[in-house]
Amino acid sequence: MAQSAEHVLDHLELFRGPEYQQMLAKKKIFENPRDPAEVERIKEWTKTAEYREKNFAREALAVNPAKACQPLGAVFASVGFEGTLPFVHGSQGCVAYYRSHLSRHFKEPSSCVSSSMTEDAAVFGGLNNMIDGLANSYNMYKPKMIAVSTTCMAEVIGDDLNAFIKTSKEKGSVPADFDVPFAHTPAFVGSHVTGYDNALKGILEHFWDGKAGTAPKLERKQNGAINIIGGFDGYTVGNLREIKRILALMGIQHTILADNSEVFDTPTDGEFRMYDGGTTLEDAANAVHAKATISMQQWCTEKTLPFVAEHGQDVVSFNYPVGLSATDDFIVALSRISGKEIPEQLARERGRLVDAIADSSAHIHGKKFAIYGDPDLCYGLAAFLLELGAEPTHVLSTNGSKTWHEKMQVLFASSPFGQGCQAYPGRDLWHMRSLLFTEPVDFLIGNTYGKYLERDTGTPLIRIGFPVFDRHHHHRSPLWGYQGGLNVLVKILDKIFDEIDKKTNVLGKTDYSFDIIR
Amino acid sequence: MLVAKVLLKKPPSQQLTFEGHQMSLATTQSIAEIRARNKELIEEVLKVYPEKTAKRRAKHLNVHQAGKSDCGVKSNIKSIPGVMTIRGCAYAGSKGVVWGPIKDMVHISHGPVGCGQYSWGSRRNYYVGTTGIDSFVTLQFTSDFQEKDIVFGGDKKLVKILDEIQELFPLNNGITIQSECPIGLIGDDIEAVSRAKSKEYGGKTIVPVRCEGFRGVSQSLGHHIANDAVRDWIFDKLESDGKPTFEPTPYDVAIIGDYNIGGDAWSSRILLEEMGLRVIAQWSGDGSLAELEATPKAKLNILHCYRSMNYISRHMEEKFGIPWCEYNFFGPSKIAESLRKIAGYFDDKIKEGAERVIEKYQPLVNAVIAKYRPRLEGKTVMLYVGGLRPRHVIGAYEDLGMEVIGTGYEFGHNDDYQRTAQHYVKDSTLIYDDVNGYEFERFVEKLQPDLVGSGIKEKYVFQKMGVPFRQMHSWDYSGPYHGYDGFAIFARDMDMAINSPVWKKTKAPWKEASRAKLLAAE
Repeated sequence: MAQSAEHVLDHLELFRGPEYQQMLAKKKIFENPRDPAEVERIKEWTKTAEYREKNFAREALAVNPAKACQPLGAVFASVGFEGTLPFVHGSQGCVAYYRSHLSRHFKEPSSCVSSSMTEDAAVFGGLNNMIDGLANSYNMYKPKMIAVSTTCMAEVIGDDLNAFIKTSKEKGSVPADFDVPFAHTPAFVGSHVTGYDNALKGILEHFWDGKAGTAPKLERKQNGAINIIGGFDGYTVGNLREIKRILALMGIQHTILADNSEVFDTPTDGEFRMYDGGTTLEDAANAVHAKATISMQQWCTEKTLPFVAEHGQDVVSFNYPVGLSATDDFIVALSRISGKEIPEQLARERGRLVDAIADSSAHIHGKKFAIYGDPDLCYGLAAFLLELGAEPTHVLSTNGSKTWHEKMQVLFASSPFGQGCQAYPGRDLWHMRSLLFTEPVDFLIGNTYGKYLERDTGTPLIRIGFPVFDRHHHHRSPLWGYQGGLNVLVKILDKIFDEIDKKTNVLGKTDYSFDIIR
Repeated sequence: MLVAKVLLKKPPSQQLTFEGHQMSLATTQSIAEIRARNKELIEEVLKVYPEKTAKRRAKHLNVHQAGKSDCGVKSNIKSIPGVMTIRGCAYAGSKGVVWGPIKDMVHISHGPVGCGQYSWGSRRNYYVGTTGIDSFVTLQFTSDFQEKDIVFGGDKKLVKILDEIQELFPLNNGITIQSECPIGLIGDDIEAVSRAKSKEYGGKTIVPVRCEGFRGVSQSLGHHIANDAVRDWIFDKLESDGKPTFEPTPYDVAIIGDYNIGGDAWSSRILLEEMGLRVIAQWSGDGSLAELEATPKAKLNILHCYRSMNYISRHMEEKFGIPWCEYNFFGPSKIAESLRKIAGYFDDKIKEGAERVIEKYQPLVNAVIAKYRPRLEGKTVMLYVGGLRPRHVIGAYEDLGMEVIGTGYEFGHNDDYQRTAQHYVKDSTLIYDDVNGYEFERFVEKLQPDLVGSGIKEKYVFQKMGVPFRQMHSWDYSGPYHGYDGFAIFARDMDMAINSPVWKKTKAPWKEASRAKLLAAE
C-alpha cells in the first residue's frame, strides 16, 4: 500500500505505483485490446504525408475544432453591460455549458439563465417559457436589463424573440419600459464570435433604434467621444483595463461597449457580486452620439460595425492588435480620430517594448511557429511574430472565413518572414496535428487544448487563446498596448528558454550549453 | 429570536480564532429549533418568486424529518424557466456521463459544435490508452452542423462522417452517435444510417443515441436513454456463443456506474480484487466495448451510481439473471459496510477476503482520521451535486467528524430521496431539489456552513462570499475519492479547503464590518 496519511498521494502519483500498474496490466485482457504492434503502426502512419492528405480531404467530420457556438459569445457580450442578466431562450443544458466554460477560463462566477424549454415547448413553441422565465428572472435577480439570445433548439423551431418579448411584456412579466434587447444566435451559423457580434448589435439596436418600436429612435448629436468594442476575448479583463488606461492617458472621452472587465474579475471579500461594472445603459444609449467607434476585432463586429457606420459614425477596425506596429496603428488612429496628442508616456512605453525586442530578438529570430485560435487573435499574433523576425508558418482558424484567409495571405506577403507561411480557414486541430508532423515548427501558440498537440507532436505549447483552463490568472494581464506586447514577448521567451534548458539538462551529457546567462 | 441564534454561528473567517472549542449549530440548537429555523428560511426564500413559481418551488424544498421514508420533496420535474437552474440536459447525461468514457469507441457529438466543445475533456474520466489511435475519450468528434444541414437534414453528412472515422481512425472498436437538440427536431433517421453502415462495415457496433438536449427535464433522462441504447444496440446484438474470450470464474463482477473521475474506479477495483473478486468490466470509466459485451457473464453487478445506471442493472437482472447490489466507497465506514455487503453474495473465501481488506487498510484509516479529524471535527457542510453524491459522501464527512446540514440533487428521483432519508441524512437537514442560484446563495448565506460541496458554476460564487468550497463533480481536479486510497485524498482536500489561511484574509484589516454584524444590522 503506497497511500499514507503523512504523505497523501493523489492521482498524480498514486496510479504510477506498482500495485496500480499491475492491476491495470491485468485489466487489459478484458478490454480486447488491439495488437500493440498494430497500434504502433497506425500511430506512425498518422504522422505521414499520406495521412495528412486523407485528413485534409475530410468533408464532413470535425475533430477537435477550435471554436464554440454563438450563444456563448452572446452571453459574454451581454454581461458587459451594467446589471445585465443574459437570458438564453431554448434548452437549459446549453446555459449550464456556457456558464461552466466561462467559469473554467476566468475562475469566476458566470451568471446566466435559460428558459428551460423541453419537449412540449419543442412542439408548441417556447412562448410560455419566455413569459414565465422573464418574470422569474426579473423578480429573483433584479437585473437592470435582460439580454435575450437563443439556443439552436429555439432557432430550429423558429421562435420569434421580438414577438415573444412583446407578448411577455403585455402579460406583465417585466415592466413595459424594461430593457429586453435580443438577438437570434443560432449555433449552426458562425461561431461564438458571431454570437458576440449579434448580441452586441442587438443591444445597440435596442437603445439606438427605438427599443423595438416602443420608443422614438435616438437622434444622433455628434460629440467628441470614441466607442471601443473589445470583441470576444479571453483576456478581456487585462485588455480592456489597459485600453482604458491608454485612453485616460490621452485624455480621450470614451465608452467601452460590453465592458465585462469587472464582472470577470471581482474581489473575494465576503460578497458575491452577480453584476459588477459594465457599460451603463445610459452610456450604451449615448454611444450613438460618439464621433467614432473602434473595433479591436474585425471578425467579432462584422455586423455591428456597419450598423454603427449607418448611424453616421466613423468606424475603424483592428485585428487583435498585438506588438509594436499594431499598437502604433491603434494609438495613431486614436490620436487622429480624437485630435488628441500622443503623450510622452506612451512614447516611453513604446520605447521599452522596442528595447525588450532588441534585447531578445536573437532568440526568436527565424523560429517557426504554428498558431491557432479565433481569426483576429491569429492575425494579431502572426503580425507580431513577423515583426520579431519569426515565421508564423501555420496559422489555423476553425472559425476563420475566406476574407480572413485572404487577409492573412496579404499579411504574409508583406514580410520576408512570411514567405513560407500559410493560413488555414475552417480547419481543426486534427488538421493541425498533420501539419505539425509533416511540416514541423519550433513552437505552437494556442489554447489549453493545444496540450494534446504538444503531447502528440512534441511541439512546445505557448498558451495564448481561449479557453485556457489549465493555467491560472493570465487573463488578468493585457496582451494589448505596448505593455501587452511586452507580456506576449515574455511568454514566448520564457518558453524558448525553458525548452533550451530542458534539452540541455542531461548531467554528464550536455553539461555544455546549459548556460547560466542567455 | 431564531435569526439571532443563527447569528451565533460565526463566519468561517472568524471561526478559526475559536479553534479547538468552537461549537456547531447542531450542538447549540435543538433539533426542533433547527427545524423551525430551516422552515422559516424556506418561507423567506420563496417570497422572492411570483406566486405561481413560489407554489411550484415550495414542493422541492423541505426539512427532513427523521423516520420518514423520503425527504418530502418533489423531484425529477421540469425546471422553472428563468430561475438559473444548475441542471444540464439529456445529451450531457448520455455523452457526458454514460457513453463518453468508453475509451475505444468514437463518440460523435451530432449537431452544432457547442455541445461537444463545452464537454470536451472536462469530466476527468481517466483511462489508459493511445489517445487518437486506439482510445478517443479526450477527442472532440462533431458533425459541426451548418445551416444547410438543418434545412436539408444531416443523415447524408452522418454517412460521410462514419466513413471518414473508419478511414482516419481505423482502430476504433465502435461508434456512437450522440444526438444534440436539432436531430430530433429536423426528423433525421440516425437509426437507419447506423443499421446500414453497421452492415456495410461487417457488423461494426454503431449506436445511435436519441439524447437530444430538450428531452426530459435534466441529465437524468439522458442516462436512461444511454442505458437503453446499450441494451438495444449492444446486448441485443450479442451472439450467445460469442464473447467473452476469457474463462469465467465464480468471482466475476462488474463495476457499474463508476466514471473513473480522477481514477475513482481504479481505487475501487483494487479493493475488489484484493478481496478475491475478479472485475471483468468497468461501466464506464476506463471501460471498453468488450467489457460492456462481457458483462452479461458477470456473477454480480455492483452499482455505485444508482441514478445513472440502475436501468441497465435491472435489465441484466431480468434478462440474464444477474443480481445487482448498490455499494458506497466513500469513507471507511461505508467502504467496510459495502465490502461486507458485496462479500455476502459470495462464499467464505470472499467473505474472509473482505475482512482481510478491511483489516489491511485499518492502519491507514486510523492515521488519516488521527491527522484530519481534529482539524475538521464539528465543521458543517452543505452539498448540492448530481447522481449519488448528495447522499453517498455524507458518511465520509461523518468519518471525519463533520456534519452535513443541507443537501439536494440536481436530477435525483424519488428513489434517491428515499435512500437519502432512510440511510443518510440526519433529522432537520435542509433538503433542496433542483436548487437554483438564488436559493442556494440564500441558504448558504443564512446557514453559514464551513464548507460547500457543489459544482464549477457554484464554486466561485461561494468563494467570493468567503465560504470554503470543493467541487464535488470533478473532485476539484483532485481525486480519486473512492476507496481507502481515495479517502486519504478526500480528507486532505477537505482540510485544505476549510483550513486554508486565505479565508482569514477576506476582509481588509481597515474595514471593520464583519459579515455577522452586517447580517445583524439587516
